[in-house]
Formats: sequence, structure tokens, C-alpha cells
Amino acid sequence: MTTPDGFTEPTQWLIAVRDRRDRAAFARLFDHFGPRLKAMLLRGGLRDGSAEDVVQDVMLAVWHKAAQFDPHRAEASAWIYRIARNRQIDLVRRRPAVVLEELEEPPGNEPDAPQILALAQEARHLRAALDRLAPEQVQAIQKAYMEDMPHSEISRTTGLPLGTIKSRIRLGLERLRHELKDLKPE
Amino acid sequence: MSAISHHIPDHLIRAHAAGQLPHHFAVVVAAHLSMCDACRAQAEAEEMVGGALLDRLAPAALQDGARDRLLAALDSAPPPPPAPRRSGIFPAPVMQALDGQPPRWRMLGGGIRQQVLSADEDGSLRLLYIPPGRAVPEHGHNGLELTLVLQGAFSDSEGRFGVGDVELAEDDLDHQPVACPGAPCICLAATDAPLRFTAFLPRLLQPLFRI
Repeated sequence: MTTPDGFTEPTQWLIAVRDRRDRAAFARLFDHFGPRLKAMLLRGGLRDGSAEDVVQDVMLAVWHKAAQFDPHRAEASAWIYRIARNRQIDLVRRRPAVVLEELEEPPGNEPDAPQILALAQEARHLRAALDRLAPEQVQAIQKAYMEDMPHSEISRTTGLPLGTIKSRIRLGLERLRHELKDLKPE
Repeated sequence: MSAISHHIPDHLIRAHAAGQLPHHFAVVVAAHLSMCDACRAQAEAEEMVGGALLDRLAPAALQDGARDRLLAALDSAPPPPPAPRRSGIFPAPVMQALDGQPPRWRMLGGGIRQQVLSADEDGSLRLLYIPPGRAVPEHGHNGLELTLVLQGAFSDSEGRFGVGDVELAEDDLDHQPVACPGAPCICLAATDAPLRFTAFLPRLLQPLFRI
């Protein structure tokens, strides 16, 4: 799924949306992420109808905020994940999620190919690391990243002792961190 | 501005990226991430985990016509309101917590000012203004407290904290932060316990009861 310049296909589509407001590319983004976003929202406890509505909201936000997407710092999946996760938390907290300050690129900056390739490589390592985890480790991480809301208790829904789950998450993420630790700049 | 030397610990950055932090702490972490490139990079690395997980999810079928509905909405849906922006010493997440307005300080005595930005059973978030040489008012906290410096500096037994630095105080930390000489110290503080003004309230009542 990676193109010669290092971008994943979804990242290429998102760049086309950002630069050319390309509706065909946006439709492909929707075909890829729409059903996955719905799966994430259902896991987070939304009912079918609400999940459909929130998928529409999230994808509209992707369309409107595409100008902020920077492939030097994120792949499309991570960028869309953040938008969806914030929306998911808005709905639970009934107040807008805290958003980070936007970083402004100086105008006319050329894409930095080595940086983009390095990011793509890290992302591949990360996916490979996820593939090597035991299924229950992946499940625990998925729960933390997609289902648990602030202050919710992990042990309540799984019936496993909290300590076990916590150490599983840590174990899984520590292995991921090994793959990620070179990502810090400088 | 001196370099940031006290950062958000990795486990809190991870919790923030995964959307697990209670609101009050999320504002402090987001404000630090808006001021610190190293922590921001770490947070964005953590978000790649979220993205990779999203990519791996088994798709859930969408209703018929969902895509057409979305494409039709692209031109008609109003664009989202503009994102909050930094204003002066306050990074965007703090401006968001301030509803875009400058702080409305309340005097606490001794030149110290405060604005409570939010407070509920999960804890509180407030801005503090401490003149040079003054101690941060005593405020018992039962759990975790995160304090981010936005202007000036304070120091305590843990070291010196300048602009962008974060102090993480567990309930067992007995610290007495004092604002450093120079500009007044303005900081953003979140706790996960309701505020208890141990020393302050009795002092207020003193004139009333002539004690």
C-alpha cells in the first residue's frame, strides 16, 4: 500500500484533497476509513445510527481541516484517528476536546523527502511490531486507544483484574516504543 | 526564553494521545505540547499507534447512501469555527479554556491572583498569578497536580521551573513553590482532587470573627 515516494495510498489521497480539493480522492478516503471509523465508534459504545452520524461529522472535519495535514509529521490514518478520538471524547464529556495549537509551515516550504521516507519507515516498523504482538495485547491496546473514555475503568468490561490489563498495555506499548524511540527529532 | 527542561512524562503523553486524560490534565498537557517540540513529536508518534490500530480494524458496513450523503454535504455543511489561537503568553489550549477572553483575575491577597477555569468532582484547572518572591498559596491536593509555567518562573525543592516547564507533584510531595525574581509568575495548574484552601479560607473569616 505504499507508493514510490513513501506515502501510503490514504496519505496520497489526503494530500490530493488538501492540495486540489479532489473529490474522487476524498471518496476513496471515505471508502477506506468510513467503515473503520464506524467500527471504532461502535467499539466506543455508540449505537449504529449515532455511529453513522459521527462518521459523517469526522469525514466532514477531514474535508474542512485538510489544509492542516502535514505528511512530514503524520500519516493519514494517525491524523484521522486524532480527529475521530477527539470527537468521541466530545460526545462523552459534552464539551469540546482540547485541541493543540496549529503549527504553521512557512509558506513555500518544499516537501522534505528524507523526512517523509523516514516517517514511512517508522510507520512500517510500528505496523510490524503490532503484527508480532499476541492478540490479547493488541486487544488491550485497542481498548485503550479506541474504547476507554477518560476515567472509565478497564476492568469493568473485561472481567480481568486491572493490574493484568495495565501491565499488558505497558508490555505491548513498551515493545512498540522500541520501534518508535528513534522518531524523536534531533 | 530559556529552554524547557521539565517535560511531561511519557506515560501522560501516551494517555493524552490515547484520549484517556481527564479534562483538567488534558488542558495542561495540550498547553505544554503547544510549547515543546520534543513532547509534541512524542505525542504525534503515539498517535501513529492510534492510526495503525484504526487501519487494522475490521470494517463495519455503512448504511446505503452514506457516501453520497457525505459528498452532497461537502458544499452545504458550514465550515467548523476557527481553531483557538495563542494570545500573548497563553497557548491555544489555554485560550480555549478561557473562551478566548483575557483572564478575569480574582485577588487572593498578598498580590496573588487566581482564575478558576473549571472545577468539578474530577478536579480543577486554574490560572495563578504570583508576584516575585511570593509563595504559591497552600492548597492541599490528594492526588496528582500538574503545573505549567506560562510566564516568569518559580522554584521549590524540586528545582527551578521556567516558561514551558511542567512540575508534576504527587500527593506525597511536600513542596513550597516560590516565584522567582523578575516578571510575575503566571502558571496553569490542574489537580485531580477538589481544591482545599487550607490556609486561605480561615484567614478570610478572621476579620468576621475577630479571631
